[in-house]
Amino acid sequence: MTHRSHLALGGAMFGAALAFTVAADAAPLLDQGKLLLTGGVTNVEGAAGGGIATWATITGYGTNDGIGGNVHATYADVRDYRLTDYGAAVGLYNRVELSYARQDFDTRSVGPKLGLPQGYTFSQDVYGAKLRVIGDLVYDQDSLLPQISVGLQHKEESDKLHVIRSHAFGIRSASGTDYYVAATKLFLDQSLLVNATVRYTKANQGGLLGFGGPKSNDYKPQFEGSVGYLLSKKLVVGAEYRTKPDNVGLKENDWYDLYAAYALNKHVSVTLAYANLGDIATFKNQDGVYLSLQAGF
Amino acid sequence: MKLSRHMAPLLLATLVAVSAPVCAQTVPAPAPDTTASASNAGATPLAGDAVYKAFHGEEGIQRIMDDFIVRITTDPRIKDRFANANLARLKLLLVQQVSYLIGGPQTYTGRDMKTTHEGMGLQNGDFNALAEDLQLSMDKEGVPFRAQNKLLAKLAPMEHQIVPR
Repeated sequence: MTHRSHLALGGAMFGAALAFTVAADAAPLLDQGKLLLTGGVTNVEGAAGGGIATWATITGYGTNDGIGGNVHATYADVRDYRLTDYGAAVGLYNRVELSYARQDFDTRSVGPKLGLPQGYTFSQDVYGAKLRVIGDLVYDQDSLLPQISVGLQHKEESDKLHVIRSHAFGIRSASGTDYYVAATKLFLDQSLLVNATVRYTKANQGGLLGFGGPKSNDYKPQFEGSVGYLLSKKLVVGAEYRTKPDNVGLKENDWYDLYAAYALNKHVSVTLAYANLGDIATFKNQDGVYLSLQAGF
Repeated sequence: MKLSRHMAPLLLATLVAVSAPVCAQTVPAPAPDTTASASNAGATPLAGDAVYKAFHGEEGIQRIMDDFIVRITTDPRIKDRFANANLARLKLLLVQQVSYLIGGPQTYTGRDMKTTHEGMGLQNGDFNALAEDLQLSMDKEGVPFRAQNKLLAKLAPMEHQIVPR
């Protein structure tokens, strides 16, 4: 698929959503009925979650009887690299989530040192689908049952020179699919949210550096953990941790972040984080600021 | 919303453990008529009176419910649901229920949540709209967010009884 057709896909998703709204009159399908922030925010892979972790929540403010969606733009500026990310996601009946995200990873002045042109940008398209299997984040306060979802994220490199596709660095594939199970529990009486996700993946740096490598080309389970403390209806602060495999043998590090997500209302939210991505392709201590804006309907 | 029913398997409903709260000790004698039992309040009360105090006691709860009744009967999302409601009685029962649930001295004398809302065809969004209005009323009373969540955590599971699957 070309980049243009990806955008068209996103557009079609929203077109369909709008068509649904026009068709309904009494109870609008775009009901905006979910409680504030209870769908999570859009994460770096375009799925509902935190910043670097994917949660079991279904994106948007649609209830069990409605749909919701949003677009996002994310910017992460770490020591030697810069990540920009934009995309769209829809949540259907608080049951199914479909998402698309485009990630552009600018190697800036590091490019030439890796044998790449100055400012060479690795790009990746991430197509996500998520199904809520059991549990309700908000209502299940009388049991320990979390909201549990399963999902997949298909990722495809799409940068100009197809560096990954040419199997540089011994990378095995330019595309891959991650599979995950996510469990998110809101302990409302403690104003606390906890998430644990297991992701089966071959991805290097989340897929930005392809899939598999000289060291390994097998699926390995990785962990994504998040905690969030609700300071108000509009504001949640927390931390996340995400483990990653080391398939290439470049000592790939785990990621972590400290975040604050603020919902101005059900249409606009902002996530600000300190993100630490560890060493990336031999360049040390890639930490910096992560900023994500989300607009929804 | 036939489509949504179709989308949402009934699986969830079968797995939700609706706790049947035992008759609280505050009830002097187990009334033979279950419609007058505190267990109809839909959840077991919080221990201690810290949250009750955070709600400013009886007077605070009264003020919250005065405000809340105005909000829910003017909220375009849900006001029609209360078109035929006896608002004075509704307020009385809400005060009782909240007081009971957050460790106050009152006993809930109304019917249980399922019976009360049966046949109303309520949806997920109605329940949430009501919760948002309650949050605004608690904000207005100056109830700290954490204390609000202690009550909301008691109310949230009632969605399973109030909204038919």
